Amino acid sequence: AEKELPQGTPCTQLLVFVATPDCDGFPSLDSKENYKLSVSEGSLLLSADSVWGALRGLETFSQLVGRDENGTYYINKTEIVDFPRFPHRGLLLDTSRHYLPLRAILETLDVMAYNKFNVFHWHIVDDPSFPYQSLTFPELSKQGAFNAMTHVYTASDVQTVIEYARLRGIRVIAEFDTPGHTLSWGPGAPGLLTPCYLGRDPSGTYGPINPILNSTYQFLSSLFQEVSTVFPDFFLHLGGDEVDFTCWKSNPKIRAFMKEMGFGEDYKKLESFYIQRLLNIVSSLGKGYIVWQEVFDNGVKMKPDTIIHVWKENSTPYMEEMANVTKAGYPALLSAPWYLNRISYGQDWMVAYKVEPLKFEGVPEQKDRVIGGEACMWGEYVDVTNLAPRLWPRAGAVAERLWSNATVRDLQDAYVRLADFRCKLLGRGVQAQPLYVGYCENEFGGV
Amino acid sequence: SRRAVGRAMGLAALLLGLFFVPAVLVSTSLRHGAPRTEPEPEGAEWEPASGGLPKDLLWPLPQWLRTSRRQLQLAPGRFQLVHGPGSSAGPACALLQDAFRRYYEYVFGQSGRRKRGRRPLGARAEPELSQLQVVIESREPGCHSYPHLGSSEAYHLTVTEPVAILKADEVWGALRGLETFSQLVHEDDYGSFLINESEIDDFPRFAHRGILLDTSRHYLPLKSILTNLDAMAFNKFNVLHWHIVDDQSFPYQSIYFPQLSDKGAYSYNHIYTPTDVHLVIEYARLRGIRVIPEFDTPGHTQSWGKGQKDLLTPCYSGEQPTGSFGPVNPILNTTYDFMTKFFKEISSVFPDAYIHLGGDEVNFDCWKSNPEVKEFMKKQGFGIDYAKLESYYIQKILDIVSSYNKRYMVWQEVFDNKAQLKPDTVVQVWMENNYAHELSSVTGAGFTAILAAPWYLDYISYGQDWKKYYSVEPLNFPGSEKQKKLLIGGEACLWGEFVDATNLTPRLWPRASAVGERLWSSRNVTNLQDAYTRLTNHRCRML
Repeated sequence: AEKELPQGTPCTQLLVFVATPDCDGFPSLDSKENYKLSVSEGSLLLSADSVWGALRGLETFSQLVGRDENGTYYINKTEIVDFPRFPHRGLLLDTSRHYLPLRAILETLDVMAYNKFNVFHWHIVDDPSFPYQSLTFPELSKQGAFNAMTHVYTASDVQTVIEYARLRGIRVIAEFDTPGHTLSWGPGAPGLLTPCYLGRDPSGTYGPINPILNSTYQFLSSLFQEVSTVFPDFFLHLGGDEVDFTCWKSNPKIRAFMKEMGFGEDYKKLESFYIQRLLNIVSSLGKGYIVWQEVFDNGVKMKPDTIIHVWKENSTPYMEEMANVTKAGYPALLSAPWYLNRISYGQDWMVAYKVEPLKFEGVPEQKDRVIGGEACMWGEYVDVTNLAPRLWPRAGAVAERLWSNATVRDLQDAYVRLADFRCKLLGRGVQAQPLYVGYCENEFGGV
Repeated sequence: SRRAVGRAMGLAALLLGLFFVPAVLVSTSLRHGAPRTEPEPEGAEWEPASGGLPKDLLWPLPQWLRTSRRQLQLAPGRFQLVHGPGSSAGPACALLQDAFRRYYEYVFGQSGRRKRGRRPLGARAEPELSQLQVVIESREPGCHSYPHLGSSEAYHLTVTEPVAILKADEVWGALRGLETFSQLVHEDDYGSFLINESEIDDFPRFAHRGILLDTSRHYLPLKSILTNLDAMAFNKFNVLHWHIVDDQSFPYQSIYFPQLSDKGAYSYNHIYTPTDVHLVIEYARLRGIRVIPEFDTPGHTQSWGKGQKDLLTPCYSGEQPTGSFGPVNPILNTTYDFMTKFFKEISSVFPDAYIHLGGDEVNFDCWKSNPEVKEFMKKQGFGIDYAKLESYYIQKILDIVSSYNKRYMVWQEVFDNKAQLKPDTVVQVWMENNYAHELSSVTGAGFTAILAAPWYLDYISYGQDWKKYYSVEPLNFPGSEKQKKLLIGGEACLWGEFVDATNLTPRLWPRASAVGERLWSSRNVTNLQDAYTRLTNHRCRML
């Protein structure tokens, strides 16, 4: 016998109530993203403390609306009380290894919003290219971009990204990674990088930023003055990872400096010397900062609210690092198990999903210092031709791990929901790849 | 330190004049490339390959080529691709007409629409190349026929002022030559179209160079199949191995048995109608690509059972049927009645001489559980050797297909399990473990083989895995010269468990290009640095 579905009360309005709007402000680490959604006969109500919560609630609402076989839109009677488990839920894109056209970044922001990600970590420059068009130092991109006319982000592009993100409740945290990962800075800023030596002569190649020159710190001061103004978020990511000491060691002036300063042969001390001066510059500009874990590992003196970004999977097991960082009193961000650029055969989303960010030995205060994590899509093998399928829906696994309750871990259930969500993404025009065999009503590009 | 040879004509370069780069001298001494005299750009990974050699534009690398520094200029408004004098093909050859238009677009892109320019004819720096004349030499050019295993894909291309000439036995060679010609045209800093004077003599090392697509694990919309055929043509692939149905879904809309897709496809929309199938076949033909369908049995057939009752073996638990089904039921006459009719249709729908009949991964558990099957085994005297039952089934299918004058390809299990195969059977070696040994066995037994085992491109991993595909040497197996000749080629396989239209193109290309060169170019084209340079150029061109 056929089930008789009661004729639903047609719903005509979703009422959105926001306690403290701040429509023109920027989202921050402290933003409240909680919301309540109430769907019953004749009443659709979304209430939130802030507009950011309202955005989250709207996304959830859009996911609840379905269509039956007759094509009628419907929504079930529902009560939802929701808020994120972690306040910092980010995605890293790398626009140096490969340039990403503006539309690719904007589309990514859209899909981030579908997944309730709220931080866009823009790893904007690195060794291979410098696409950031600086007002203060236009030569940086003129000499350092892959193509200075086409493979750059103009000031207008950057503002577009920041505003597009803001309208989706997403913070934009720019990373200008130093002193390593800076080869592309060299051509546009002569004298900035350390000249490497072969014996007594310069070899012609360059290494990390030269930490012993005053001009270096003048440059950094000016550059970060600009960056601090351009990017409204309180935090800047200052990098500090993978500094190769070989070039510094080869340079006689640097060796002389090391002696002068009494650093001996410990180049970590030179690295710390540099980082500390950089952190001071950035602090004095009224910004907070995030650094990669090496800065912590190498004993650099940092302000207590410096956020440490844990990314290494091997040397120290990352959970141990999380314990150490939080024990030392610093807030921590987890990325180590979420390097989505590391592809492999099969359903690797499950590995990302199973991660438990708080699974380390520590007191509750420590656990509280874990503010969230980031899925990273490094760009060595990624550009606009494969960004979307490689990111989605895999990053969705990280998104749920960071938003939902720690007890939400059932893989079977997650599979069903994520596969369905993936079909929804296709319906929204996102080139999200399949999780496993199957189909969606609307396949990408037709049918 | 490296000598820098700039673009400016130094004295040495003037004297050099003709730049000789043979990849292989046909049937004579083998020399791998001339020493490079241009420095590798610093940070080769990141800088666009500019100021390179003409050969740096080519993929796959031709068997023999000679280029000079002398450049000719092409005017988009005047340049033409035409049938040359003495060609056995002319304006009635739709295949070539279509190719001329297509390659004109590839060469000139948007600029093709530029009308006559205002720069006076005499003011050019370089002499003009006004035409590419295509001359088909065989009396049967092949314009209206289908490519086959024995087709000639050889071509000879001469690019000199004022007219370039592309000679080929058959149209298939002309298609390959047009692709190469289009790769030689490049733009200078001023946007002028240039081509270096050159001479190329080319033919494929292996005759079967295929891509396997799986449209059962995920449906692939027509558009993505057609885009893929274009990409295949850019890489001189000439076989589309269409693994069209399998356990998960049956998208092939059969004329005799419409319920197969009615009940077995993912949905009513996830099907290939007869028109779709014809479109794929013709689109492929125009690019010199054979379409070999695979209807894999007796395993991999779950989706067949939805629309064809009693085709699959009912599995048992003790005395009771469990409700689930196994491979095709080999003991019923109805099975063979069905297959006879079904393969009659397939034989007429797909024009290629070959059909792939599958035969891989047959799980015997269900057969073993079925009392009637057990009874049959006894009667036939097979004992408990179910491989014999499998072979019994396969043999009957092979005979059915033979009766329609089709030849067949099978996966290696069919050979391994000792079915009796006709001598012109092609065995596809796919199991990675010790595949060289399998190649020896197959060719040692006198069968033709194709290699897929090291080229399962669905097995993704982090990093530049194209290098490992490129480094495979198909003939590295113990065997006589006669045996080696039986390895007729290979296939890059993109199984569909994790692949559909959202990620097919980036996952297949340019990784499959590495396989494409391995199957086309000479055996000693193995230098990874050089391949990297050419492949990155080729990739940008494909974009």
